[in-house]
Amino acid sequence: MSANSMKDAILQVEHLSMKFGGLVAIGDLSFQAKRGEITALIGPNGAGKTTVFNCITGFYKPSEGMITLNGADGSSFLLERLPNHEIPARAKVARTFQNIRLFSGMTLLENLLVAQHNKLMKASGYTILGLLGIGGYRRASAESVELAKHWLEKADLVDRADDPAGDLPYGAQRRLEIARAMCTGPELLCLDEPAAGLNPKESAALNTLLMDIKSSTSILLIEHDMSVVMQISDHVVVLEYGRKISDGSPQSVRTDPRVIAAYLGVDDEEVETVLTEVGDEDVIEQLDIGPDTAHGPGTSSSYLAGPVSDTIGHSEGERVTVSKGASKAAQFDAKASVAPRKPTERATAKPPGKSPTSKPRGGRK
Amino acid sequence: MAVSVSSERDTVASPVQRAFREALYAGAIALGLFILFIGLKTDQNISNQLILAQRWGLLITVVVLTMLGRFFYIAYGQPFMTNQKIADVATGLLPASLASRFFQLPAFIVAIVLAVVLFAFNSALPGLVGDKLAGGLQFLRALAVIYALACVIFYFRAFIHANFTKLGIAALVLYPILVVVVLSIYAWSIMGGLQGSLKWVDNYGIQILIYVMLAWGLNIVVGLAGLLDLGYVAFYAVGAYAYALLGSHYGLSFWILLPVAGAMAAFWGVMLGFPVLRLRGDYLAIVTLAFGEIIRLVLINWRDVTNGSAGVSGIPKVTFFGLMTFNSTDPNYIGKVLDIAQSSAYYKIFLYYLILALALLTAFVTTRLRRMPVGRAWEALREDEIACRSLGINTTTTKLTAFATGAMFGGFAGAFFSARQGFVSPESFVFLESAIILAIVVLGGMGSLVGIAVAAMVMIGGTEALRELDFLKSFFGKDFTPELYRMLLFGMAMVIVMLWKPRGFVGSREPTAFLRERKAVSGSFTKEGHG
Repeated sequence: MSANSMKDAILQVEHLSMKFGGLVAIGDLSFQAKRGEITALIGPNGAGKTTVFNCITGFYKPSEGMITLNGADGSSFLLERLPNHEIPARAKVARTFQNIRLFSGMTLLENLLVAQHNKLMKASGYTILGLLGIGGYRRASAESVELAKHWLEKADLVDRADDPAGDLPYGAQRRLEIARAMCTGPELLCLDEPAAGLNPKESAALNTLLMDIKSSTSILLIEHDMSVVMQISDHVVVLEYGRKISDGSPQSVRTDPRVIAAYLGVDDEEVETVLTEVGDEDVIEQLDIGPDTAHGPGTSSSYLAGPVSDTIGHSEGERVTVSKGASKAAQFDAKASVAPRKPTERATAKPPGKSPTSKPRGGRK
Repeated sequence: MAVSVSSERDTVASPVQRAFREALYAGAIALGLFILFIGLKTDQNISNQLILAQRWGLLITVVVLTMLGRFFYIAYGQPFMTNQKIADVATGLLPASLASRFFQLPAFIVAIVLAVVLFAFNSALPGLVGDKLAGGLQFLRALAVIYALACVIFYFRAFIHANFTKLGIAALVLYPILVVVVLSIYAWSIMGGLQGSLKWVDNYGIQILIYVMLAWGLNIVVGLAGLLDLGYVAFYAVGAYAYALLGSHYGLSFWILLPVAGAMAAFWGVMLGFPVLRLRGDYLAIVTLAFGEIIRLVLINWRDVTNGSAGVSGIPKVTFFGLMTFNSTDPNYIGKVLDIAQSSAYYKIFLYYLILALALLTAFVTTRLRRMPVGRAWEALREDEIACRSLGINTTTTKLTAFATGAMFGGFAGAFFSARQGFVSPESFVFLESAIILAIVVLGGMGSLVGIAVAAMVMIGGTEALRELDFLKSFFGKDFTPELYRMLLFGMAMVIVMLWKPRGFVGSREPTAFLRERKAVSGSFTKEGHG
């Protein structure tokens, strides 16, 4: 890693591991997000994307590894050592949630004022001066309303500023959550599936908002909607079973056969052929005895891949608790070594544009 | 019209037929319910043996009354109300039409005349119509007065609604003066008026205001921060004993000990807060309940300091800021200083204004805090704790400040309570008190100061008013004491209010800031908090 890239990177994740008991949710993950860019974190369901977010924003304490945030003023924070609430307050990392977490009984304006809590606490002399009506609380309060108004305008919500947040339609709630995160004045904004459940029009509006934010704040993004990922992100990191399988520009990732096999390309019907070609004995055995209802409702990729209740090993010494053939990227690797030509044919034979834009799952969870 | 079609479909069986059937069901249920409650009664005979008294007559009366009530409701009440609804929809009078029919000018005039006449002939009534009827007429008089007041409130409802806070404060400030003036005119002497005002100022005014203040204090913890606290009475006890012990042992003034009591209660609020920070919902409620009991048990068992269950007596009275006292033996007794006649009413009126000032301080601080970052953080914590943390709010200190602030006002109220009583014992700080305070907060509507004040007035004032229903003795016998039914009525009132208004009297929430117009937030969006 060169000195230049160190300076460039706003967030560096190095050898991050997160284990829940015997389950390894993230194994030895390293990547970095550059300042002023949109970095997307993608991967199939259960790949550990949200766990990475929770580690970065302090909701989980990682089992191993180091997460460094380099501030614009040259300061640097080790996020895994900061208490939860100090990560937004001191390291200036803000986040949104996969299932929207607004203060639904408070108005839009109040939501954005709560986000400016720490600034206002200082201005109000930790409540005491403000309660007595001395000090600059009144001015700071007016300024915070102005900032809230600014972000309401950006999110196109200013007309509804005095309505309760719970009364907003879904897409507007998503935009409000982003506006609320921006009111904390972050240097890095972490968005957990901001486009989930949005219609194409709302999705386009979201893209505009994110491109606008990008000019002042770096963004780390989890997304399933490939149109969003491919259009706006500068850098894509692909996870599968808590392990990085690809890392690069959107163009390079969309053509990476490992990513296509793992996440974008292999249809459910094809998994079977891939697995038999690879020569996975377990799969052949299971195919012989018919569907195993205990492991899934029917013939789906997850069923064929065996129970994914456990996960695979990631590094030396880590135990392998998952059935053989769970990782599709590993299948691809194995297959590539057996029959090097076939997968590339498959990847190129795909109708262009179909696989990268198709959603691996429909809408919200 | 769609409405009339559906009402006809409902009445396929004619209302009277249906009413017969429903009345039979109601009678059967009433019989099953009351056969043991009312039909049989255990009693002692003259040689102290347990005997079973049978009261079949009473049982039959109750069952028949139930059946009649159900019959008339189904046969005539329900069709009438359905017709009214249709008529109201047709004339566009909904929803105020029922009330406007109920409050009419002729009825208002009748009520006023009735009240005036009954007041004028009050002393002559028992001689004219007999004791039994006189009691009933007094009740009628009270009803007439309430009806007249309700009429006035109804016709000025827009004005009252717009200026509720100002009117409420003005009414509370003028209340003792009005009571004294009215009773002085009634008794035709100022001393008589002062003496008569004792009950109204002390039993109603001060008693209700103590609960208003306690409920407003608890409202910070439960209503704003969403932390369910079942042991709030512990802080009340800490405040009360702080003043009782320090005041009686060291002779310190109330004005010094009031902040001390508040600070001690706040300290214990933080002490309780620390261990329960990680707990939520039911678990938090149980631990706070236990905390309340621990404080009470310490008060009972730490005899050297607290004098155990016997309590602390001889607690000094509050002075008028050290300038005048309310002990008639002191050289600077208020009567001697101001050269007016001796009366115990001065102290009560002074205490009334003191607790009013304390309660208004609580309300002022609460409304002020709600517009400060810490108050918004409390409400945000109630809405979503995880989102709070993602915005850099330190939830630990935020919860602790909520506990400490709520406890501090409980401590103030406690210090006032022991000064008013002159005596404290652990009896006053049982779990039931916590439950009543919490019930007031929930009934009033969590977070709403006005709703909570109204709920306290209804709940505490209502139970006090039961003592006034002495005339019922003439119907139910000499040993009938209406106030014994207060818990039954309290429970019934809670059930009815919760069915009628599930989010309390004031279910909506007033936003703390606005860009264009202040719109109340409907209760359906706010959360109760998970602890």
